Amino acid sequence: MKNLSDAMLPILTLMAVVCIWEFGVRWAEIPSYTLPTPSLIFSTLLANWSSLADSWWFTVKITFGALLLACAGGILIASIFSLSPSLERAFFPIAVVLQVTPIVAVAPLILIYVDSTTAALLLCAWIVAFFPILSNTVIGLRTIDRNLVDLFRLYRANPWQRLKLLRAPSALPYFLAGLKISGGLSLIGAVTAEMVAGAAGRETGLASRILEASFRTETPKMFAALMLLVLTGVLIFMLFTALSRLLLARWHGAEPMGHRHRNL
Amino acid sequence: MRISTTEPIVELKQASKLFNTGTTALADISLTIDSGEFVTLVGPSGCGKSTVLRLIAGLESPTDGTLSAPALSTHQHSTAFVFQEATLMPWASVFDNVWLPLRLQGLSNQAARSQIHTALKNVGLEDFAQAYPAQLSGGMKMRASIARALITEPQILLMDEPFGALDDFTRQKLNDDLLRWQQERGVATLFVTHNIAEAVFLSQRVLVMQARPGKIIHEMLIDQPYPRTPEFRASIDFLQYCRELSNTLERAMLSEVTPS
Repeated sequence: MKNLSDAMLPILTLMAVVCIWEFGVRWAEIPSYTLPTPSLIFSTLLANWSSLADSWWFTVKITFGALLLACAGGILIASIFSLSPSLERAFFPIAVVLQVTPIVAVAPLILIYVDSTTAALLLCAWIVAFFPILSNTVIGLRTIDRNLVDLFRLYRANPWQRLKLLRAPSALPYFLAGLKISGGLSLIGAVTAEMVAGAAGRETGLASRILEASFRTETPKMFAALMLLVLTGVLIFMLFTALSRLLLARWHGAEPMGHRHRNL
Repeated sequence: MRISTTEPIVELKQASKLFNTGTTALADISLTIDSGEFVTLVGPSGCGKSTVLRLIAGLESPTDGTLSAPALSTHQHSTAFVFQEATLMPWASVFDNVWLPLRLQGLSNQAARSQIHTALKNVGLEDFAQAYPAQLSGGMKMRASIARALITEPQILLMDEPFGALDDFTRQKLNDDLLRWQQERGVATLFVTHNIAEAVFLSQRVLVMQARPGKIIHEMLIDQPYPRTPEFRASIDFLQYCRELSNTLERAMLSEVTPS
């Protein structure tokens, strides 16, 4: 009974918000170029489906492409850092600089330096998505149980066995926590960079549709594209939450993530 | 003075250990462990008990002196180590955890299967092969840890306060079981504990250490029928040994105050 109400509560709340929105706008007679009703947004979404779906697919490709590159780069660099602490001291500040620089501010530069817009968008999304994966994996690789390291030494494990059976599984929960953050950030990075790039080019994403619609004051279409973005972000979050549940459920048991920092 | 006539499994001769920080962890430690013998190290914290175990395991090397283990060098994985914490891999099932030493030797899951099941049965975990460490109690985790240690059929078992975190009841049960496993295999055991009753119950010999610098100041023989029975715990002899060991330990702590 309790589980049912737990699942229903957010759905009911959302439905209530949509209803208030719909009837509030009708009752106050707000024009649709100021605030469209949810039903109008939905019908606009259907009417423009083919162009919006193409743009959505483009944004999704940039997001996951950047995320994939962020995983590869983050894992590779974290592994190098864990092998050489002096390299970590030397280069970690640069990673921090990348992280704290607002992407909106550097995107124009990147668009100047990189010829292909697609490549520039990928790079922007990568810069945003890369850091959480890197820093989490670095911590994960550092948090290995000292006694397990000794045990592997006692049994004369070779470097490959240490990596596969000890280091990689130890770092996995941290990496997945980073991935969950980076998934959302990658989408934000892809959209932000495209906003800066403007609506130029044939192959364009949802940000270009929003800009386009705003130039023509097609507010319902802006909302429709925005809805697709929100939905995509939520789906990405759910995907990685499910993935980390699937991979970690058995060995974490009742132990929450936060408690795993005791070895730090 | 020892009754056993077998050759020593491990011999530390005037071993010293200086840490990089400049502290002398161990000064001039000599000890011999014969095959099948049960020896316990007791002493105040920081006296280097764990360092002795780590030296013998080869996880650290002595700054001075020698470690000889003629029987051990010929046989791979002849040393087993049980830590204070169960030190299981939380991402692996009990089965996979016990498999680890054999797996690192290159033995496949299939080839090791019957050995692993026998090991789990021995420690009473046959029904928990597929369980994960997070699902086990502290005592069960330690049983899995011991099963992993014994699966390579080691000649020496090093145990660093393995039951320190367990409640008394579980500890007593594990003490009884440990003696049985140790006797069945005839594995020489070097055991570290803070618990006087545990030391007296389990050991044939107890070595008392003092700290700063760590050295062995006293050797006490527990000259009682071996293996021990639970009745021994209730005997007058047991209490006398406990008192004697407790007094010796107190002296070890006192001598720490006056610099040598």
